[in-house]
Amino acid sequence: MADFDVPELNEYPIIPKLKEGVMAHSAPFIAAEKFQTPLGFPGQLPENWKEVAIDKMGELLGKYRSLQVFLDICVHCGACTDKCHYYLGTSDAKNMPVARQELLRKVYRRYFTFAGKYFPRLVGAVDLTEEVLDDWYSYFHQCSQCRRCSVFCPYGIDTAEISMAAREILDAVGKGQKYCNEIIGKVFVIGNNLGLPEPALRDTLEGLEEEVEEDTGVKVRFPLDEKGADILLITPSADFFAEPHVDGLIGYAKVFHEAGVSWTMSSKASEAANFGMFIGSYENMRRVSLRIREAALELGVKRIIFGECGHAWRVAYSFLNTLAGPFDFLDPNYPVPQHICEFTLDLIKQNKLRLNKEENDHMKLTFHDSCNVARGAGMGNVEGGQFTIPREVIKAACNYFYDMPQDTIHDATFCCGGGGGLLTDDLMELRVKGSQPRMEALKRVTEDHGVTNLAAICAICKSQFAKVLPYYGFTMDQIVSVHQLVSNAIVLKGSEQEAELDGTTD
Amino acid sequence: MSIEVNGKSLEVDEEGYLADLNQWEPEVATIMAREDGTELTDAHWEVINFLREYYEEYQIAPAVRVLTKAIGKKLGKDKGNSKYLYELFPYGPAKQACKYAGLPKPTGCV
Repeated sequence: MADFDVPELNEYPIIPKLKEGVMAHSAPFIAAEKFQTPLGFPGQLPENWKEVAIDKMGELLGKYRSLQVFLDICVHCGACTDKCHYYLGTSDAKNMPVARQELLRKVYRRYFTFAGKYFPRLVGAVDLTEEVLDDWYSYFHQCSQCRRCSVFCPYGIDTAEISMAAREILDAVGKGQKYCNEIIGKVFVIGNNLGLPEPALRDTLEGLEEEVEEDTGVKVRFPLDEKGADILLITPSADFFAEPHVDGLIGYAKVFHEAGVSWTMSSKASEAANFGMFIGSYENMRRVSLRIREAALELGVKRIIFGECGHAWRVAYSFLNTLAGPFDFLDPNYPVPQHICEFTLDLIKQNKLRLNKEENDHMKLTFHDSCNVARGAGMGNVEGGQFTIPREVIKAACNYFYDMPQDTIHDATFCCGGGGGLLTDDLMELRVKGSQPRMEALKRVTEDHGVTNLAAICAICKSQFAKVLPYYGFTMDQIVSVHQLVSNAIVLKGSEQEAELDGTTD
Repeated sequence: MSIEVNGKSLEVDEEGYLADLNQWEPEVATIMAREDGTELTDAHWEVINFLREYYEEYQIAPAVRVLTKAIGKKLGKDKGNSKYLYELFPYGPAKQACKYAGLPKPTGCV
């Protein structure tokens, strides 16, 4: 199945012995000029690339004081070494977070510190060479910016920020990554990562309306570009396109229908994802975010709700107001923005949704905390809501729920292995190996509790799991959307399911 | 990079997708499939032809539910699901079938 060795799943996690350079060959496709230019990046390595790179580093150090602090304060204590899923799955020494960061730090010291300028060898400072640049390209695309190592760092160094800075420098010298940059370009031109134009989106949504009506007998709407709706739903375009994502989208629509609220999606902002964050580009992140503001203003909505998308929620929850605010035109009685899980749980608590848990009795569930939700955001108005709210939604819709081992959930969750702009086929070896710790934890609950399915609230996690589960002896359909479970269980008023339950069928 | 089809050299991208959609001809699909060790059957062609028709109208590959519904209508409900499509195209209907059909690769979180 694979032209590389798939890591074993052990009874208990085993920290692998270090191996030098075993993943040095791993690097994603480089973005061609046509994908670089629309983002404001050069198409190829400029002649004075070294100067450009150092200048860029200097600019970032001035702009983000945190970056300078993170580059200065690491004491190489080693607390992070065995916390990275890519290290655990590949055993490559440079995938220890401290070693990966050192690739940037050693150049930083050479050009920006007194000791490094005058006594480089004494402090392990090195010149920036093409070899170093290639190393950056390879290993900073072996970090999914999941920030698990940061949780264990006694200094709180945000490794993701270092990876983002490295990628931004690479973009500045024409070494962008094809996957991310092609996608950002599509968002600007068409409105979403997929390049799904408005007529195709409309056709797809009409198909879903028919499907739900066939299944339930109820006409549940999937509105698009409807001016004057109260709620604007921003969701990843994978929700329109792929499985199991689309079953989550059907779940949101059923919840909105049952709540009796008016809502709409937007063809202009038909994407929650914001890959600008993955490449560390504030400008691109801002441009992507502004579409949401424009759509909200044009449609005249009062609230914004985000669908199941991990890093979109981080951008939305943590940065949206500074990127695209102020949102003073929205109804101040509701959180800006709100997560769909929050919205659904509120309704459940008010007894406004009728859920028949037995519809999910063929599954035993566990929940995968997506890194950007778990470590990059909150949810609702309770501490740790990002952990409890999705679980409460699942438990309200399912009879069987079991958590994976404690050191692999909540803020210690393991990345799916495909986050941070690495969900591309040219990195399949890395993705499979990086998912080893999550797969091992899944196997644990499979054996201990008979868990059959893994639920998630992130489009990347869902696609990644669908792809990597079979490598570990699972099946691709074991990954489900959280709102897919809600969709299965929900008993719509006037539906065939309601009639059956209440014994009023003919 | 390129592939040889009927004596012509057609440009493909890093992942083997045709650079110019207009250069597609049925032989392209046959040759690409053969490279993957697959001989195309009528069942494969049903999907490939639908993809091309849909693309012509909407400039994008169909979403999975649009595809399964269309195939289900044509070939019967038991085939209108992604399990059937994965049996035909083990690397995924969206990616493998799009490639054979000469369509660009679907991008994003899919």
